[in-house]
Amino acid sequence: MATVSVCQYHRGGFSFENCKRNALLEADINKLGFSSPAARKTGTTICGVVYKDGVVLGADTRATEGMVVADKNCSKIHYISPNVYCCGAGTAADTEMTTQIISSNLELHSLSTGRLPRVATANRMLKQMLFRYQGYIGAALVLGGVDSTGPQLYSIYPHGSTDKLPYVTMGSGSLAAMAVFEDRYRPNMEEEEAKRLVRDAIAAGIFNDLGSGSNIDLCVITKGKVDYLRPHDVANKKGVREDKINGRPETGNYRYKHGTTGVLTKAVTHLNLEVVEESVQTMDTT
Amino acid sequence: MSEELFPEPEWLSEEVKTGTTIIAVTFDGGVVLGSDSRVSAGESVVNRVMNKLSPLHDKIYCALSGSAADAQTIAEIVNYQLDVHSYLSPMSYDPLVCSAATLVKNISYKYKEELSAHLIVAGWDRKKGGQVYATLNGLLSRQPFAIGGSGSFYINGFVDAEYRKNMTKRESQEFVVNALTLAMGRDGSSGGVAYVVTIDKDGAEEKCVLGNELPKFFDE
Repeated sequence: MATVSVCQYHRGGFSFENCKRNALLEADINKLGFSSPAARKTGTTICGVVYKDGVVLGADTRATEGMVVADKNCSKIHYISPNVYCCGAGTAADTEMTTQIISSNLELHSLSTGRLPRVATANRMLKQMLFRYQGYIGAALVLGGVDSTGPQLYSIYPHGSTDKLPYVTMGSGSLAAMAVFEDRYRPNMEEEEAKRLVRDAIAAGIFNDLGSGSNIDLCVITKGKVDYLRPHDVANKKGVREDKINGRPETGNYRYKHGTTGVLTKAVTHLNLEVVEESVQTMDTT
Repeated sequence: MSEELFPEPEWLSEEVKTGTTIIAVTFDGGVVLGSDSRVSAGESVVNRVMNKLSPLHDKIYCALSGSAADAQTIAEIVNYQLDVHSYLSPMSYDPLVCSAATLVKNISYKYKEELSAHLIVAGWDRKKGGQVYATLNGLLSRQPFAIGGSGSFYINGFVDAEYRKNMTKRESQEFVVNALTLAMGRDGSSGGVAYVVTIDKDGAEEKCVLGNELPKFFDE
């Protein structure tokens, strides 16, 4: 129904002319031998599972910029509303901004209705925005939450299609994580089992996919309670450097232990010196 | 070098398509719609249990094929438009299947350069009974039965040979399930389970036929 909406919705169509221009420029630059800067992507393994009392969302914490890890501990589970959270894969800026925009609109909507927002509402808003941009916003999302109709989990693709499923995975590590889910998922699991399953699925992505790494974040959403466990599992602990073994931070310490160099021979030559002259000079201490 | 070590995941660049086999058949007193359940992005399957038979109204359903985003969006928009149509128009009966099909056709035709989805609209209304409309690329054509999707190419011969006018409800359901099974057996982009919806004057009945319950054909 065409009711008065307090949310600021986009009016009019979108012009994709600049996208064509960008593609032409990209081709020209490549001919000259340069390359345009790579957008920071989140490589990523994200997943979610519906269990008896709610949903568990999981994500790794690596953000890449081309072949370099840009952020070793980035947070991929974004807040949408008190009962709805969203994991994001794809271009980091796109997932961040999209979830923030929808979170803001959803809060206004919730104030207007006077009710806790529904997961399906967030899903609709996200898919309509992504479809409007025809896939140019590279955000692939796993949306999960608990509302009056129960726990729900959606996967949302960059072109705007969504699927409502009991378990979903997204990201470059999604195939590894899905393999774990297809093997061990059961309906109506207990909370501990669900957390273990999600943790193992993300771990599969972290260890078998180059684009995912570092730690495992978990978010457990139940009716009336959210557990944001960051980090839930430090899967990749940074090693300790040799010169910090005793806990003291000694960088560039060149002191070596006694016995590092073996002594072959030792010769002591006494220098017999006599005192020839002795003089005293007083200091002026005023 | 970097592209080989770090291949961009398919779902980022490839649009999610519904590969698909969809079919709708009229029988004496209603229609039967059927679809497979596979959604692919490039070479990987992203959803193996998607129900591609989407309700537009109580007794009107549409079958989705082509780009998942485009098809889902068209179905949701038409669902909304039919709801408005039902509330605002001073009608005491349900909307006609022809109206629903026309709404789908309008969107498909107006945006035919931008969209790549094909919807088959089928349902029952009190004026003309069971009807099936194909809306490929913006045309509106009423047919006794319609097939669509990548898997439909493999069963054109089968449906032409096996379809008979005035089948019973049971025969139509069997016909639909057989057609789907044969298509899923030959088309790589179709598979999973078969969803069947039967619509008649009493309403819509949804059924899901699991993989191991599908009929067996020659497979040696």
